[in-house]
Amino acid sequence: MINYSVDLNNIVKYFGRRLIFNGINFNFSSQNIYGISGPNGSGKSTLVKIIACLISSTRGKVIHKSDGNIIDPDALHNYLGFVSPYLFLYDEFTAEENLNYFSSIRGLKFDREYSNFILDELNLFERRDDLVRGYSSGMKQRLKFAFALIHKPRLLIFDEPTTNLDNEGKEKVYQLIKNEAKKNLVIIASNENSDLGLCSQVIDLGKYKKTV
Amino acid sequence: MKSYSLFKKDWQSELRTRYAVNALAMFILVTISVVMFSIGSEKITEYLTGGLLWVVIFFSAMSGLSRAFVSEEERGTTMTLQLIAAPSTIYSGKLIFNLVLVFLMNFVITFLFSILFPSFIIRNIGLFAIAFVLGNTGIAISSTIIAAIISKASSKGTLYPVLSFPILLPLILTLLELTKFSMDGNSIAGSLVEIAVLICYDVIMISASYLLFDFIWKE
Repeated sequence: MINYSVDLNNIVKYFGRRLIFNGINFNFSSQNIYGISGPNGSGKSTLVKIIACLISSTRGKVIHKSDGNIIDPDALHNYLGFVSPYLFLYDEFTAEENLNYFSSIRGLKFDREYSNFILDELNLFERRDDLVRGYSSGMKQRLKFAFALIHKPRLLIFDEPTTNLDNEGKEKVYQLIKNEAKKNLVIIASNENSDLGLCSQVIDLGKYKKTV
Repeated sequence: MKSYSLFKKDWQSELRTRYAVNALAMFILVTISVVMFSIGSEKITEYLTGGLLWVVIFFSAMSGLSRAFVSEEERGTTMTLQLIAAPSTIYSGKLIFNLVLVFLMNFVITFLFSILFPSFIIRNIGLFAIAFVLGNTGIAISSTIIAAIISKASSKGTLYPVLSFPILLPLILTLLELTKFSMDGNSIAGSLVEIAVLICYDVIMISASYLLFDFIWKE
């Protein structure tokens, strides 16, 4: 079992002069589900983007470690699976083509068997050869989970994971999150009580609004 | 290999959406038609056709090559790319795509020029081929990095030619000179300085692009 951890060291983020959060220190480690909560505009998405090294913090450091070895931010995409409402897949390709291209661009051989397994788990197997353009918003959201899982990442970040999902979809996603947390690190940013109910610890961003 | 996979994805996407190819094809047709109408029955000099060739190539490049990054930004898939590949892979993949597009586009433009303008006569094809290959490579390298810069801006359409002009000017001027030499039938040995300038331009631009792309790509 690979031990994956993320250290947040005194993370501060400003947009212009507006403070988003200040002084976040936290350690995430694998086989756990962590939550990030806070009211709208509190910086949940900003924090998960900083953790995923998609944007930089104003001050502070994010350190990713796999079995104690620090991961270079340029190689983080090999370890990271990410789902969010502001993530878009390629509409002009089918679900399977999307997953195939994502694997090959990552330098991995496309594992059709695993792809079929994930798509089946997400109730998308029957529609795997349809263009994503024709998918409903809920189906697109489920496909994002396949995108996040296809390369078997060690860190999974889910920003508003149940957006656009019906009850059955939510249950599927919750089951998938629980399964992944048995071996990997899962971070969920959400305000939904049912999402946060899965988490062992929750960071409330409302507590990090004060300037020092 | 990863860059090639990204190129394959872009190429397949282009074949399905015709995002850049249609714009390029229409631009080439319209520009050459306008040039032909404006010339009418006048007889123009060889040098002028050589100059017009690179004018058409420059503006065609401006109309189509920004699409490599702009289409990702408009579809919201920039983050998807950030999540699947390192910046160097993304730049290389987009560069391969633009190289293919530039070579295809410029083959068509040069072919049309050679059949539509009787005074477009190249006497040293070898020299013209060297200028063509090095010039197209330079245009593709510069256009790719400029496309990455402008993709996050709000007024993309205006910014792209404005930024490209000073960066591509030394390249276009050298290409004009070499085209003139190849029309005169000068030897390759007599044009080594201009060829060296093109090689230096390509090397400098590709080195600068790889160094800068990390900063451009990440917010």
